Amino acid sequence: MIDTHRLIARRRLQDRVFNILGIVCMLLGVITLGALLIDLAVNGLTRIDWAFLTSFPSRKAANAGVFSAWVGSLLLMLVTISLAVPLGVAAGVYLEEYARKNWLTTIIEINIANLAGVPSIIYGLLALGLLVYQFHLGQTIVVGGVTLAFLVLPIVIVSTREALRAIPKGIREAAYALGATPWQVIKDHLLPYSAGGIATGTIIAMSRAIGETAPLVTIGALAFIAFLPDSPVQSQFPFVNFHWLNSPFTVLPIQMFNWVDRPNNPFNDFHRNAAAAGLVLIIMTLSLNAAAIFIRYRLRRRIKW
Amino acid sequence: MVGHLATTTSAPPELKAEIKNLSFYYGDHQALKNVNLALPINAVTALIGPSGCGKSTLLRCFNRMHDLYAGNRYVGEIIFRPGDVNIISPRVDPMEMRLRVGMVFQKPNPFPKSIFENVAFGLRLKMISDKSVLAERVETALRSAALWDEVKDRLKQSAYALSGGQQQRLCIARALAPEPEMLLFDEPTSALDPAATAHIEDLVYQLKDRLTIMIVTHNMQQAARVSDETVFLHHGEVIEANKTSTIFENPAKELTSEYLTGRFG
Repeated sequence: MIDTHRLIARRRLQDRVFNILGIVCMLLGVITLGALLIDLAVNGLTRIDWAFLTSFPSRKAANAGVFSAWVGSLLLMLVTISLAVPLGVAAGVYLEEYARKNWLTTIIEINIANLAGVPSIIYGLLALGLLVYQFHLGQTIVVGGVTLAFLVLPIVIVSTREALRAIPKGIREAAYALGATPWQVIKDHLLPYSAGGIATGTIIAMSRAIGETAPLVTIGALAFIAFLPDSPVQSQFPFVNFHWLNSPFTVLPIQMFNWVDRPNNPFNDFHRNAAAAGLVLIIMTLSLNAAAIFIRYRLRRRIKW
Repeated sequence: MVGHLATTTSAPPELKAEIKNLSFYYGDHQALKNVNLALPINAVTALIGPSGCGKSTLLRCFNRMHDLYAGNRYVGEIIFRPGDVNIISPRVDPMEMRLRVGMVFQKPNPFPKSIFENVAFGLRLKMISDKSVLAERVETALRSAALWDEVKDRLKQSAYALSGGQQQRLCIARALAPEPEMLLFDEPTSALDPAATAHIEDLVYQLKDRLTIMIVTHNMQQAARVSDETVFLHHGEVIEANKTSTIFENPAKELTSEYLTGRFG
């Protein structure tokens, strides 16, 4: 009996040690993130006001704002997501549901996984060579959006495939057994049931894209943009226009980098601006994610698991 | 001709399908070896045999389920009537066969949709979109599956809110709604409790008036209770096929009686 007690005590101890280890690791992550956020908030929060959000960059730190930067980030995300999601989902569905399993698809699969690991600046170089120099598309929103869409495409493809694979085989067979074509199975069953997982992948993709700086600097996005792109809505028919796609742009991370890069000067404090821009970036990321989570919630509510 | 003869007991039964020299391969592995069988119409044919004997494989030939996975190969013929269609011919569209031959699976597999939408899916595939027609046919199917009274007030609820036995009856209703000529049951009660099992067996018994049924079962009492014909398979071969009463009371082959008395399998 004594042996049993000692044995249990020993296992309890192991359990407790691992428990504490886990807590320490978790706190390490949370505290670091919290400290960063607090540091940003302390430096930048007082700088954020209406004028900061609606002013263009300026040589005077006190007058400078992030208007062109956050509008640029938002428009860029619009282009990126509307390219990456349809392309990525279609590719994922094809690979999972239609493609025959042979050496060619295996190579494609391995390479998609590899693409997710390619440094983002490489995508910038690709876009510079192909889109800017070859196709003469300029250093525009459309080029930035396409570049970031390439960058996050593997994330969307992989998460689509994971979401499709999570659907039980029985559901697929049930739909086919009723005489559905592959497209009917995909449209009426697989896509609705995997929409939640695809939305999660989209959130991750968007969070990655919105913070990217290197590929955009590579294609030549400017840091000093003192105007907005053309409005996408207009008063005459057809009420939308796409001139804004051809507009030069900047984004929040580039603006931040530009400000951080300047010498520390208490009388012209660009570093405080950078902290404030960082906060704006975080708030923007969180609200885009919140929107995506809301959409995901609505999609999942229609599925009655 | 057959219609007249069917009323007399001595006449050969009218056939729904005839299997001729059917072999089936999963890649290099031969799962069915030269199967020859006749399936009488409006009757229940039970497939029995030890695990891996090819019962499910044979069942799934009838709606070309094997086409969903790569590397599967059919050889031979399954002549399906009326029309004398060879089900497994590459020229026959599997979608078409699946509209004529429904299937109920081992584990209840309702769609994560409402009860109504589960049953309506097969109807929508047949391009039925009129709301009143849909409602009527969904009700008919649910009544045929003896589920209507339990779900009529909650058709919009998730199918996942139902118990396992109810889910399986919902799957039967879903398979019945497009009015197939034949229904395949792949061990439909192996995931259910005894009460739900009895319910499903009653259903199978009632349904044979309207369609031809093929059922795979591990449970020999079940085969004896519900089926008219029994086929005993072993290692992909038909060892014995006959009237259920004959197979159970007076099997012709030693192997069959050994299996039935539980000496293997």
